[in-house]
Amino acid sequence: MTDQTAAHDHHGDHHDAPPSNFLDRWVFTTNHKDIGTLYLIFSLVMFFVGGTMALIIRAELFQPGLQFVEPQFFNSMTTVHALVMVFGAVMPAFVGLANWLIPMMVGAPDMALPRMNNWSFWLLVAAFTILVSTLFMPGGAPAGGWTLYPPLVLQTGDAFPFMVFAIHIMGASSIMGSINVIVTIMNMRAPGMTLMKMPMFVWTWLITAYLLIAVMPVLAGAVTMLLTDRYFGTSFFNAAGGGDPVLFQHVFWFFGHPEVYIMILPAFGVVSQIIPTFSRKPLFGYSSMVYATASIAFLSFIVWAHHMFTTGMPIAGQLFFMLATMLIAIPTAVKIFNWLSTMWKGELTFETPMLFSIAFVLLFTIGGFSGLMLAIAPADYQYHDTYFVVAHFHYVLVPGAVFTLMAAAYYWLPKWTGYMYNEKIGKLHFWCSAIFVNVLFFPQHFVGLAGMPRRIPDYPTQFADFNAISSVGAFLFGFSQLLFVAAIWSSVKGKQKATDQVWDGAKGLEWTLPSPAPYHSFNEPPHID
Amino acid sequence: MFNRLCTPLIAAICISLAAFAVAPEAYAAWDLDMPIGKSTLADEIMGLHHLILIVCTVICIGVFGFAFYTFLTCRRSKGAKAASFSHSTRAEIIWTIIPTVILIAMAIPSARTILKIEDTSGADISIKITGYQWKWSYDYLDEDMFFYSSIDAASSAAAQKNSGIDPATVKNYLRNVDKPMVVPVNKKIRILLTANDVIHSWWVPELYVKKDANPGFINEAWFEAKETGIYRGQCTELCGRGHGFMPIVVAVVTDDEYRQWLEGGLAWDQTKQELIAVNLFQADEPADQLAAL
Repeated sequence: MTDQTAAHDHHGDHHDAPPSNFLDRWVFTTNHKDIGTLYLIFSLVMFFVGGTMALIIRAELFQPGLQFVEPQFFNSMTTVHALVMVFGAVMPAFVGLANWLIPMMVGAPDMALPRMNNWSFWLLVAAFTILVSTLFMPGGAPAGGWTLYPPLVLQTGDAFPFMVFAIHIMGASSIMGSINVIVTIMNMRAPGMTLMKMPMFVWTWLITAYLLIAVMPVLAGAVTMLLTDRYFGTSFFNAAGGGDPVLFQHVFWFFGHPEVYIMILPAFGVVSQIIPTFSRKPLFGYSSMVYATASIAFLSFIVWAHHMFTTGMPIAGQLFFMLATMLIAIPTAVKIFNWLSTMWKGELTFETPMLFSIAFVLLFTIGGFSGLMLAIAPADYQYHDTYFVVAHFHYVLVPGAVFTLMAAAYYWLPKWTGYMYNEKIGKLHFWCSAIFVNVLFFPQHFVGLAGMPRRIPDYPTQFADFNAISSVGAFLFGFSQLLFVAAIWSSVKGKQKATDQVWDGAKGLEWTLPSPAPYHSFNEPPHID
Repeated sequence: MFNRLCTPLIAAICISLAAFAVAPEAYAAWDLDMPIGKSTLADEIMGLHHLILIVCTVICIGVFGFAFYTFLTCRRSKGAKAASFSHSTRAEIIWTIIPTVILIAMAIPSARTILKIEDTSGADISIKITGYQWKWSYDYLDEDMFFYSSIDAASSAAAQKNSGIDPATVKNYLRNVDKPMVVPVNKKIRILLTANDVIHSWWVPELYVKKDANPGFINEAWFEAKETGIYRGQCTELCGRGHGFMPIVVAVVTDDEYRQWLEGGLAWDQTKQELIAVNLFQADEPADQLAAL
């Protein structure tokens, strides 16, 4: 008792219980777990905001004709849905996981830069408050697509500078988050934990953080050029002044392609933690997993123009970007085979996190293969900007990234809250999600091949059947996500205490901590042999 | 708990399935693949698409098969005990090399086709196509022929929000125009694409040609139709609120019909959606008679 009082007097920041004051705990917090929780709650809220927009889109597309919204608002919905889901839901969710898990996995007490950690979270809130407020501005929210192609994006109303500012702020937030991740991993690993002994989740986040630092400034530069083109008389993207609208696409996709790997590499990390646990076997080919992740990250910088085959590229450019893109299939295939081999001859059980991870491996394979098809430039001329592309990237993002986020939540929630979630709700959530996500996105391959362009508010009648199915799938998938909230709630207000080990096959430092994990993860660094 | 949640879900699925059973016949189209091509390069491009699709499907079946076999046999409830192996260099080399070989095998024919797609030389007819918010214009460079092409009146009326017109009653809803592009069959048509305001993209699925129209720049593409007919497409680059409402119609006709059309003897009837003869005699006779005198 005396010791605690003394510690409290001299080291105000180091007491082992969270501050009781709400403001101190949730606004001014520098604790990696509380900031992680804030990030995760924020991304869950954004997931529902972006999901509501998706449902507006799918409601309008349920049948031909315009029933609910005007085309301009429809375009705002596709644009803001994408920005919210990419920058507000998926990325912050992975940052939240990084905050919670990296210190626990490397044996550190907290993140290396706790005050910057707090700042990067609140910047994100500011950015999205601005972005969502553009919906209420004269001229409406941005409606030029999340790719922000000029000259169209320059026709945005009053929302334009706010959108640019919001992107700048979220970029700053991401960069700070990434610096924090890199500094933590490089400096705060427990003695004996060499780089090649780090858990895969830590590895994938390390590589992701470098990607973020490399490309977020490129996005910031691109939107700044848009801003000066509109307000300061420059002509970066205006042919009349000597510029080129296609230049923007090159700059954007130089950011945009690594960006898609920023959203999927931590997902690879999550499943590489979960599958060995429920297979009761070590991850197959750990070092080849690390090298595959690094090569995917490297290749992601030299494939950007595969988004642009129809813009009028020289033949040499088309050939180069086609071949480089096809190369990515190799490390990705290695990863899929390694996960399958991890399960092979294992002792499998199918708890909710494992179910989501398995669905990830299988459905990501489908998304990966449609990506390989899109890499074939002559065929891409037909696929480009159709619903085939929409189906492709939703397969890698929803049953890809989003499913692993759900897997991660189910896997680590007991460690975070100290209570098990309700397994029945979890499993029901899984089966609804896994079935309806296919009802939602699989038919989009067909309408795309048959000739339906993307980003249209209304369509010719021959696409009606598959669109109706897709919309039904969307609503069922969307409402199934309420089960996710119920499952999280069942863990937060849990009845069944979780053990420290939680899962019998789980390996790693985070499972050596009590459940719930103490406010400061490791005050004494553990030793790794 | 489980049952209480399941019942409404199952009910929702049944209701939605029932909705399809009563869907109007005009909506029934279950195309699963690209349309059969009507241009000289179409078969080759579709062939590549099918080749890669088959390769992907076969590997996918293999992956899924192996995965489900693992789920069924290596599970704790079947008494499986975990092995402890954690890597196999030989296996990893094999499954790196096999995809590499497949990819090289795919890349060679793809590269060959790209060269053909990009070869716009030796064209018989050149047409400059300009995209506007939200219509197209066609400028026949060697002829005295320029016109705008906008969505037809019937589609436009039905496409207004809550128009009360059932799109199923509109023939070729959102895929018909007031004036189509007319080209002769079996001739290499070079198209020069540009735009007046924002980026558009010109695509006719059955002709297997798509290229962006960038403001201030000219892109080239080509096609050679093998069969006469009416081919329809849409703008495929987001270009604002009218993006979904700037269709493309290409009428591929015989040489004779093409000449007739150029001379004003044939015109598009947007209601019938076909080229019909214009009575040239009445229109031009007085002028000709004057010239003869």
